[in-house]
Amino acid sequence: MTTNPLDVPDVTEPYQPLPGRSRTTGFLEGPLRLGTSPSATVGPYLAIGLSWPDGELAAAEGTPGAFWIRGRIFDGAGAVVPDAMVETWQADPDGGFPSPMDPRGAASYEGFRGYARAQTSTGEYAVHTLKPGRVPDGEGGLQAPHIDVSVFARGLLDRVVTRIYFADEAEANAEDVVLRGLDEGQRATLLADKSDDGYRFDIYLQGDRETVFFAV
Amino acid sequence: MESLTRGPYGPGMTGTTSPSGLHLPRYLREPDATRTPVGFPDYKSTGLRAPLRTPVDLPQRLTEITGPVLGEDRVLPTDADLTLRNGGEAVGQRILVHGRVLDSDGRPVPDALVEVWQANAGGRYRHVVDVFPAPLDPHFDGLGRVVTDSLGRYEFMTIKPGAYPWGNHHNAWRPAHIHFSLFGRAFTQRLVTQMYFPDDPLFGQDPIFNSIPAAARHRAISQFSLERTVDNWALAFEWNIVLRGTDQTPFETEDDGDVA
Ligand SMILES: [Fe+3]
Repeated sequence: MTTNPLDVPDVTEPYQPLPGRSRTTGFLEGPLRLGTSPSATVGPYLAIGLSWPDGELAAAEGTPGAFWIRGRIFDGAGAVVPDAMVETWQADPDGGFPSPMDPRGAASYEGFRGYARAQTSTGEYAVHTLKPGRVPDGEGGLQAPHIDVSVFARGLLDRVVTRIYFADEAEANAEDVVLRGLDEGQRATLLADKSDDGYRFDIYLQGDRETVFFAV
Repeated sequence: MESLTRGPYGPGMTGTTSPSGLHLPRYLREPDATRTPVGFPDYKSTGLRAPLRTPVDLPQRLTEITGPVLGEDRVLPTDADLTLRNGGEAVGQRILVHGRVLDSDGRPVPDALVEVWQANAGGRYRHVVDVFPAPLDPHFDGLGRVVTDSLGRYEFMTIKPGAYPWGNHHNAWRPAHIHFSLFGRAFTQRLVTQMYFPDDPLFGQDPIFNSIPAAARHRAISQFSLERTVDNWALAFEWNIVLRGTDQTPFETEDDGDVA
């Protein structure tokens, strides 16, 4: 028997709850599990809908300490993917997130948005940002500086997710709960290397060097 | 009664609680049986692009349960009406597309950025890669942006996009669709998708549509809405978008001041 899972009762009160506050007010009693909307590819024309003049700037131009992360995306034949979009999300240098969803409270850091989107139409993406601080891993330790990355492209029906870590953070990397769960070869795919104006992080969608992708 | 039954995630599942008291929600993942795969053989471009190795499970931590705040500052008043560009009216069947953005617990997602893009009435995108010999429309650029209201509602005026050929196989035509991009509030909720129109005769041969598991395909199809159809002006289609929700476990305390 099929019903439309999107045919839900009208809601009459705005949604307010944030972490640390009760979620019971004004909401349905008990779980109501709706099926999520299915993902689809961004297709080849993503530039129409997803281009922002300041998209690449997780940190504003001129922010002290900011650098560029640049990289290419390779397909299974070793060809550069010219129609992908990379999105990044990360903590600020103090380990805070400009997000009210952080149970520690939303942080703010001068010039820092935390989020960037960049297309690969020139052959590589570029994101202007700051080195993220270490944030709690929820198990009593601290994670190594890392950036969450989504890759969207024609030929990907859902985004693929990876993480950028930094090759020059060896000590923190050795303590990182995510990296510790990977073997040496896998770890290597997640390390950004120092470059002229920041770091380089290439992404391999397939092949011997396939980047470690995560299910979140 | 898919809509009212519990999902495969039992009641009482909680997020992470660390020794230091950091309590994080856990965003539920759509089961494989109803989640679009990254790769799908009939969609040929996935062949060299979709990763071949099984993704590594990443427990959701602070970076995953937070996300950018993107709203009104990303949107101009004119972004909600795609039919008016360059001082004139776009050609095509005018339609009002509306609906709500919810999470899978049924909670509306307010103040959320919704970005859309689409082909024109003839099935042509204003993009250099698109060489389909259908005319461009000087009064249509195919870009729209809106922000959901306090009840998670969105709406925009546009024209119905045309079907277009795309070379995946002989006589491959994409069913009419509008591309949507949504953030929600957390990295885990990020969604890029496509909205379809009811009863499109092209569904059967479209591998992008059919990559959605059969049990979930109806979720990608809008419904004609006579109620919102504007007399003497525009047809209306309703499409609700559901992002991943969290488990329903209430937070234990109101004053968990010792969070990490
Ligand atoms: Fe399209």
